[in-house]
Amino acid sequence: MSKNRLIIIASLLLVFFLTGCAAPQPLRLATTTSVNDSGLLEHLRPAFEEETGITLQVIAQGTGKAIETGKAGDADVLLLHARSAEEEFVAGGYGIERIEFMYNYFVIVGPPGDPAQVAGLSAVEALTQLMEAESPFVSRGDNSGTHMREISLWEKVQLTPAGDWYIQAGAGMGAVLTMASEMQAYTLTDKATFLAMRDELELELVVEGDPDLRNPYSVIAVNPEKHDGINNRGAERFIEWITSPEVLDMIAQFGVEEFGESLFIPLNQ
Amino acid sequence: MDNIVAGIYEAWNLIITFDRELYGIIGLTLVVTIMSTLISALIGVPLGLAAGSSDFKGKRILFRVVHTLMSLPPVVAGLLVFLTLSRRGPLGSLMLLFTPTAMIIAQVIIITPIVLGLAEAAVKAKSKAVYETCAGLRLKRSQSLRLLFHECRYPLISIIVAAYGRAVSEVGAVMLVGGNIQHHTRVMTTAIVLETGKGNFDTSLALGIILLAISFLINSFIWKFQEVS
Repeated sequence: MSKNRLIIIASLLLVFFLTGCAAPQPLRLATTTSVNDSGLLEHLRPAFEEETGITLQVIAQGTGKAIETGKAGDADVLLLHARSAEEEFVAGGYGIERIEFMYNYFVIVGPPGDPAQVAGLSAVEALTQLMEAESPFVSRGDNSGTHMREISLWEKVQLTPAGDWYIQAGAGMGAVLTMASEMQAYTLTDKATFLAMRDELELELVVEGDPDLRNPYSVIAVNPEKHDGINNRGAERFIEWITSPEVLDMIAQFGVEEFGESLFIPLNQ
Repeated sequence: MDNIVAGIYEAWNLIITFDRELYGIIGLTLVVTIMSTLISALIGVPLGLAAGSSDFKGKRILFRVVHTLMSLPPVVAGLLVFLTLSRRGPLGSLMLLFTPTAMIIAQVIIITPIVLGLAEAAVKAKSKAVYETCAGLRLKRSQSLRLLFHECRYPLISIIVAAYGRAVSEVGAVMLVGGNIQHHTRVMTTAIVLETGKGNFDTSLALGIILLAISFLINSFIWKFQEVS
């Protein structure tokens, strides 16, 4: 009896093992929370899996952690929006090539009525004015792509924000938007996350469209020579797929129905 | 392996360089966790003593609820406190959201059921024998309760140590209601989450080692205190 059971279990294990070999290796994509929170990847994933037969596993992390994941060979391809960190990653030989394929904009949002009167200013003018007026401002404070952009804006006007008004949150985009709404403070956010959460927030858009706030996204295949077991074929296939005109059209259409505008703008448009 | 060695090295470095931010984080961690453990003990121990040594109508169903709340996910406790203290919530005017007070409230909600549920069980196990002795000695009710408390002191201390352990290792609730704000509401666990998110694994590990060292000191202190008294 128990011998029979053993044989059944062993043959089942063998079947699982063999089917595991036959199915193509899954593709591990490390990306940032803001990309994942917008819902874009969930929107694209079924089409990719159907067309290629490759299972796509999305790992959403902070930008710094996503890069470490790539360096450790725990992901096959990265989708990020932090240019200098990405360039460093490629220069260090961890990634093959940085391929920009879409962008959107960061925006500055603040309490209704814009108490600090920054609407219509450029991004750096607005930040300077917020600092002078000591208007509460919530910073991500987590080395994310958004935080790195904020730091580069302060550096551009050679200011170092500090004081009670400058709140260093150390949290994700959604949490920081909620915090800014609760504290009636200003913050820098990617537009996609703000639009997706707008109904829950007592915040309004005050600064947008400044070229300094352009937010490019890129994909990078992890260098298969650094580690064993990197699914480079899958990564190449994914990059080829996501930069194809049909998929870029799908990206352009994403969110239009719900928000009245594209959340991400493909580079071919 | 490299990361782990680097973590131990970094922990040592952070401690001996008297990193001011780190000591601020440790200080706040101690304030929040000790306050919440103290408040929960002040609520849970007397109630557990009273409930464990008596029987009343509805006790079974009450303690079934208490035992269920022992597995309340910290994030859910945090969410309830968040919604209550939010600008749009019933107590929004108190402006307590994103303050250490809010963090203490959330932790009290998480650990009070643990103290109460375990204290009741510990007391119940001893109450019969103690009361028989007390009846034989013709002690008054208040004297019996004191004797019962004295008899249960070991399990009660273990319970408080466990509750403290839950408070100090908890991250979901303090992240939600505290917001992990630098120099204001950042504690050890939320700092570890932040550093991990940044990819600074050795700093995260260093903070974890320091957190365990603090817990070791606190435990030693509690047991020492009990031996003396």
